[in-house]
Amino acid sequence: MKSVIFRTVAPFLTSLMMLFSIFVLLRGHNEPGGGFIGGLIAVSALAIYGIAHGVETVRHAIYFHPMVIAGTGLFFATVAGLISIFVRVPFMTGLWVYPSFIGVEIPLSTLMLFDTGVYLVVVGAISSIALSLEERGGE
Amino acid sequence: MDVAALTFLALGLPFVAALVAPVLTRFLGQNAAWLLALAPAAIFVHFLRFLPEIAQGEIVTGGYAWIPSFNVSFSWLIDGLSLTFILLISGIGALIVLYSGGYLKGHPQQGRFFSFILMFMGSMQGLVVSDSFLMLFVFWELTSITSFLLIGFDHGREAARRAALQALVVTGGGGLLLLAGLLILWNVSGITQFSLLLSFGADLKESPFYLAILLLVLGGAFTKSAQFPFHFWLPNAMEAPTPVSAYLHSATMVKAGVYLLMRLNPVLGGTPEWQILLPLFGVTTLIAGAALAVRQTDLKLMLAYTTMSSLGLLVMLTGFGAPHAIEAAALYLVAHALFKGALFMVAGIIDHETGSRDLTEVGGLRSAMPLTFLIALAAALSMGGLPPFFGFLAKEEIYYALSSFDRRSIVFASLAIVGNALMFAVAFAIALKPFLGPKQSTPKSPHEAPVLLWLGPAILAVKGLSVALMSGMAHRLISSPMASAIAGEPRTVTISLVPHVGAPLLLSAVTVLVGVVFYFNLARLRGLMTAILADIGWGPDRGFDQFIGGLVRFAVALTRRLQAGRFEIYMTVTFMLVAVVLLAVPAYYGELPRAPFFAADVPAHELAIMAIAVAGLFAVALAADRLTAIVSLGIQGFAVAVIFLLYGAPDLSFTQFMIETLSVVVLALVMTRLRLSPSDHRPLRQRVPDLAVALACGLGFGFLLLAATGVPFDATLTEFFNDHSKSIAHGANVVNVIIVDFRGTDTLGEIAVVMITGLAILSLVRLRAGSLKRGAEMQQPAAEERA
Repeated sequence: MKSVIFRTVAPFLTSLMMLFSIFVLLRGHNEPGGGFIGGLIAVSALAIYGIAHGVETVRHAIYFHPMVIAGTGLFFATVAGLISIFVRVPFMTGLWVYPSFIGVEIPLSTLMLFDTGVYLVVVGAISSIALSLEERGGE
Repeated sequence: MDVAALTFLALGLPFVAALVAPVLTRFLGQNAAWLLALAPAAIFVHFLRFLPEIAQGEIVTGGYAWIPSFNVSFSWLIDGLSLTFILLISGIGALIVLYSGGYLKGHPQQGRFFSFILMFMGSMQGLVVSDSFLMLFVFWELTSITSFLLIGFDHGREAARRAALQALVVTGGGGLLLLAGLLILWNVSGITQFSLLLSFGADLKESPFYLAILLLVLGGAFTKSAQFPFHFWLPNAMEAPTPVSAYLHSATMVKAGVYLLMRLNPVLGGTPEWQILLPLFGVTTLIAGAALAVRQTDLKLMLAYTTMSSLGLLVMLTGFGAPHAIEAAALYLVAHALFKGALFMVAGIIDHETGSRDLTEVGGLRSAMPLTFLIALAAALSMGGLPPFFGFLAKEEIYYALSSFDRRSIVFASLAIVGNALMFAVAFAIALKPFLGPKQSTPKSPHEAPVLLWLGPAILAVKGLSVALMSGMAHRLISSPMASAIAGEPRTVTISLVPHVGAPLLLSAVTVLVGVVFYFNLARLRGLMTAILADIGWGPDRGFDQFIGGLVRFAVALTRRLQAGRFEIYMTVTFMLVAVVLLAVPAYYGELPRAPFFAADVPAHELAIMAIAVAGLFAVALAADRLTAIVSLGIQGFAVAVIFLLYGAPDLSFTQFMIETLSVVVLALVMTRLRLSPSDHRPLRQRVPDLAVALACGLGFGFLLLAATGVPFDATLTEFFNDHSKSIAHGANVVNVIIVDFRGTDTLGEIAVVMITGLAILSLVRLRAGSLKRGAEMQQPAAEERA
């Protein structure tokens, strides 16, 4: 896309959207949001960046192959489920810990890991599709 | 740690070792074998501790409930049978890992190989200790899959790929038969565990489903253990590197079928069907295998076919039903594992050190490789059934079981003599011919193998001797408990190296005599077999190819008929079906909804948004070119998302927004890719039916929604989630709590699907890219010519 305004704005927009996607991912358990939506937002961010600056730049920027990201996500999600084995509860049972950091109690859970896995799978799989299609479109 | 935890650890250890193997190999090279062999060695030591307990006739079980609602557990059963198997698997496994270190020294994929073989080991040991049916099945198929990876390890060669696929199709298909058999067994008995099945024996044999269970289970066992006519995959599996062959044939994969038959013998055995089918198939395999073995000159192939005949012998003995047949099977199984493992590794050493493993090409190696010669000789003596080796005890017991002078025994005994004599001849052909005679020039100049290579076979050969010398202890700890487990009642094995004068000894002497005659006439026998086989011509191996070829042709023909390859036809058919289902079904049952009811006080902003959605719809239909149509579709999607938002579903509308955006982006990319004409030029004749289908679908969905909202809302689930999402799952957002907590396993499956879809689309795009590139390359020379 040739528009100078779009090309200039795109990196800022992408970073903001990325940040927002992580915010949405993390708030998901109590407010609207979660891994799936967060992942979709992140993909949109990448799509914007890709349309503005080309696929190669995006591939360079995300460093890993999108499918590696998706695979990692699936691995995280599975591990999150399997942790339950070690405390002898059924597969996929949510486990919570509440460590305290500088006086603030931070709830952490296997669900968080699971949701992060969902996020990564969505980001990886869909951006891989979008990027490969975009790449083909550019030729 | 308690025993159960350690056992659980032992079951997982090979998989952990498989995970670290590539990394270890990268840093340590072939010496990683020493470290990796510790895993099976540790398992071996762990299970050794059970010996005294099991010898006293106890059975150890353990595990945990896996799917409690279906009464499925992840549980193990350790009795004489599984203990013997697991000791063989882990013990020989450790030696095989060491041997692979030497055999594949410097191979670029050595780490991957270690990984595969350790996974294979893990699946096999899981199989033999499984108490629950489902766990057995999972491990059973895992051995098929891992052996597929191993056989096809050298995937650059077509023969290896074919052999791997063949093994997978035959043994994996047999596994499905087994699954069906186990499911029927489960339904008939209501039991999912082998340990409980023992108390159910007699009723099962009288069940009308007995024959179905038997045939299905035999289908699984016979394919896995390469019984005639499913034997063909086994010799082809020789495409695998030699350590795999040694392991596959001595302790693991092919014995799985025999294991299953032995495990089920107390439950299914003893019936006329069992005592006819097993000996019949067994003895056919015995003779066919031995005959095919004689024909070969390749060391590995000779060994492979003798494995087949040994398996036939084992199946025959398991089903024979005479006193002592079970004991003979138990003894022979252990003896076979020891000598076959050693001989295979010897064959690998010869191949590795001389560059050839053809009997006609190697000779006179005794001075260059004295140690290997000694090992080969010891193993062959055991295989030939000569004292003072363990094979002798096994063979004596076999003849003891077969020498009862009724007509059936006489027939089977004489067939067994022929088979054993042929195996005797083959054993000594392998152990003597490469080492004796004049020295022949070979591709590599032979010298003694390194320690990693000879250590394994040497230990196995010494074991074959020591077990026989200490037969009293071996019988008490191993043979008797194993025979008792197979028989389902206490049995005691007493045979020792001191021969009993009588019929068995006579049969044994005849075997040796005939074997010696065969040995000296091996060349003539080989010619004879080749001639016979040429006369028969068609074999199951060719049949497999024909079957697969036919299947592919059938699939292609069917696909051509069902899937013409035009996308719009699929779309039209799909949507027409949807419309018909949505409209015809309610019409048939007279349940078409009443006219919709509109509240008079719909707020203006909601009406406005609905108007936008409808406007988007018209925009799509009237758009001049496709890109506009796609974007207009987005308008309508966004309007719907806003409606969701207004009615209190922020999560849903959030998702809808993102999906709309992305689908517009992806659709636009696809459309520009396809280089379609920018606008719709279809004639009216095509537009009208499409319009009709679209309207019908819309109407149908409208009716469906009206009908659904017409039903009084059942708030049970809503209340449940509202009440419990905070207290159980610590989350206030019910939607997210459902996705990640209450139905987390579903989500796991879904994201796996998302990932696979991504992979599939990626490879499709790549595939097209590749074909386009190839097309461009082909066109290029033509263009140059023109220039």
